[in-house]
Amino acid sequence: MVSASSIVSVRPGRRRARRRETVAALLFISPWLMGFLIFTAWPVIYSGYLSLTDYDVINTPGFVGLDNYTAMFDDPKIALSLANTLVFTILSVPLHIIVALALALLLLRAARATGFFRTVFFLPKMTPAVAVGVLFLLIFNGQDGIINRVLGVFGIQGPYWTTDPAWVKPGLVIISLWTVGSSIVILLAALKNVPTELYESARIDGANFWQQTTRITVPMISSTVFFLAVINTIYGFQIFTEAYTAFFGSGNTTYSNDAALFYVIYLFQQGFQYLHMGYASAMAWLLFVVILIFTVAQFAISRRVVYYEGDTR
Amino acid sequence: VTTTTSRTSHTELAPEVSDGQTAAPRTRHRTPLRRRIRRVLTYVALAAFALVFTYPFLWLVSASFKPRGEVFDNLLIPRTFTVENYLNIWQEAPIGVWLVNSVIVTALAAVSVTVSSALVAWGFAYFRFRGRGLLFALVIGSMMLPGAVTMIPTFLIWNGLGATGTLTPLWAQNLFGSAFYIFLLRQFFLALPRELFEAAKIDGAGNWRIYTRIALPLCRPALAVTLLFEIQAAWTDLLRPLIYLRDSATFTIPRGLKSLLDQFGFGGEWHWEVVVTASVITTVPMIILFFIGQKQFVDGIATTGSKG
Repeated sequence: MVSASSIVSVRPGRRRARRRETVAALLFISPWLMGFLIFTAWPVIYSGYLSLTDYDVINTPGFVGLDNYTAMFDDPKIALSLANTLVFTILSVPLHIIVALALALLLLRAARATGFFRTVFFLPKMTPAVAVGVLFLLIFNGQDGIINRVLGVFGIQGPYWTTDPAWVKPGLVIISLWTVGSSIVILLAALKNVPTELYESARIDGANFWQQTTRITVPMISSTVFFLAVINTIYGFQIFTEAYTAFFGSGNTTYSNDAALFYVIYLFQQGFQYLHMGYASAMAWLLFVVILIFTVAQFAISRRVVYYEGDTR
Repeated sequence: VTTTTSRTSHTELAPEVSDGQTAAPRTRHRTPLRRRIRRVLTYVALAAFALVFTYPFLWLVSASFKPRGEVFDNLLIPRTFTVENYLNIWQEAPIGVWLVNSVIVTALAAVSVTVSSALVAWGFAYFRFRGRGLLFALVIGSMMLPGAVTMIPTFLIWNGLGATGTLTPLWAQNLFGSAFYIFLLRQFFLALPRELFEAAKIDGAGNWRIYTRIALPLCRPALAVTLLFEIQAAWTDLLRPLIYLRDSATFTIPRGLKSLLDQFGFGGEWHWEVVVTASVITTVPMIILFFIGQKQFVDGIATTGSKG
C-alpha cells in the first residue's frame, strides 16, 4: 500500500521531468534538425523530383518522366566519365592504402624521428586541392616537368602525363598519392594499438619481419584498412577539384581532356554550365546508386576478411 | 663506442634471453648487426620518401622566386633570385580581395559549425529522449549521402533567396551544424564522466549552465579539432565558389587561383610565375595552420579512424 501510493505520487513528476528533458534535448539539436530538413531532406526529395523533369532554372520544371534516365544510356559522356571515375578509383584506392601502410610501418620503426617524418608526410594533405592541380600540371609536364627529367636521368622517356589520354589518369593517381597523410596518421594509430606481446611471441616462434607483417599486423589492423578502403572509394568516386583545376578552364575548353572527365565534373558541367538541372539531378542519383553498390559490396567482402577485436569467430 | 652498442643490444635482447630460448646465443651474436642495417635502411627509405613528399613544396616556393623564363628550370636554388613576383602579383590580380574573402568565409564557416555542432552533439550525448537513436541514425546516414545529390536543390535555395554571387552560400549552412563534427563531438562528450553533470544538476545548475560551464570547457580539445578541420575545409573549397561566385571581386583565394591558371597558364598567356606565386600564397596559410594545430590535427584524424 505504501509503495503503491509512492509510485502514484512519483509518476507524474517523473513524466514531467522526462518531458522537460525531451524539450531541452530538442532545443539543443534544433539547429541540426532545421538544417537537416532544409538542406538534406528537402533537397533529396526535390532532387528526385527534378530528375524527372526538364529544368533550366529560368523556366518552370517540365515533367518528362524517366527521359533523363534513359537519355543517360545514350549519352557517351556518361559511360566515358563513369569509366574514367572507375579506373581512377580502382587504381588509386589500393595504391593509396599500400603506400600509406608502407609509410606507416616505416614510421613505426623511426623511433624518436617518428614525429618529424609524420609531419613531413602529412603536410601535403594541407595543400589546397587547387594547388595540387596546379602542381600536377607543372611537375608532370611532358617536356619540362621534373618527373620526366628524373626519368630521363635513368634513360626513360617519360610520357606526356598531362596531354596523353593514356597517361592522364595514372598521373592523377600518382599525384593523389602525395596526399596520403591522413591515412598514414590513422594507420599509425592503429599499428600502435597492436599488442606488442603478439610480436614477442611470434619472434620467439621464429617468425621473420614479413611473416609478422602479414600474419599479425595486417589482420590486426584490417578493420582500419577496411575503413580507409570504404572512405577512399567514396572520395574517389567524387574526385573533382584536382582534375577540374588541371583540365577544365572556365569558358576555356581548349585544353580540356576527355581522359580527365570524371563523373562529378561532367555532372557539374551539365548542372551549372549547360543548366540541365534535371539531367544533372538524375546523374546525381546514378552516382548515389553506384557508390551504394560499391559500399555494400565492400561490407559484404569485409564480413569474410576483416577481423574485429573481441570477435570470436 | 663498441661498449655502448653492445650494452644496448644486450638490454634489447634481455627479454628473449630470459625466456630461456636455446637459440639465444646465436641471435645475440647476429641480431645487432642485422638490426643496425635494418635501422639504417629504414632511415634511408624515410629520408628518400621525405624528399619526394617535400619536393613539390620546395619546387613551388623556389619557382615563385624565379623570373618568368626560369620557372621551369627545375633548379631548387633559383639562378636569378627575385621577389618581383610577390610585388607584381597584387597588380595582376585582386589577390588582396580574394584573401579577405577567404578569411571572412573561413572564419564564419569554422566558428558557426563549431558552435552549432557542439550544441547538437551535446543534445545527443547528454539527454535521453524518445527517437534519439533514430535521429542520430539520420545524422550518420546523411554523411553517406554524396554531396552531388543535394548540390542542385541547395543551389536553388540560395538562388531563390538571392544569395548567389555573395559569400553567404559558402558558409551559412554551417549554422546548422555538420554531421561529421556532430559525430566527432558526441563521441567526446560521451567519454566525459556523467557523475560530473549529475552532481552539478543536484547543485541546482540548469541545462544551459551545465553545458556552458562544465561540458564545453572539458570539450576544448575536440572543439579545437573541429575548428581546425573546418578552417582547412573552408579555405581549400573550390566546388562551391565555382557554383556560386561569378564576379572576380567575390572570389575566394582557391577560386581566384583557378582563374589565374585559366588566364596565365597553358590556356592563356604562359605567365606561370603568376600562377606559381598565387599557389604559394594560397597554400602557405594552411601550412601555418598545421604548425599551429599539429597535435590537434594528428589526434583528430587518428580518432576519426578509430571511431569509424
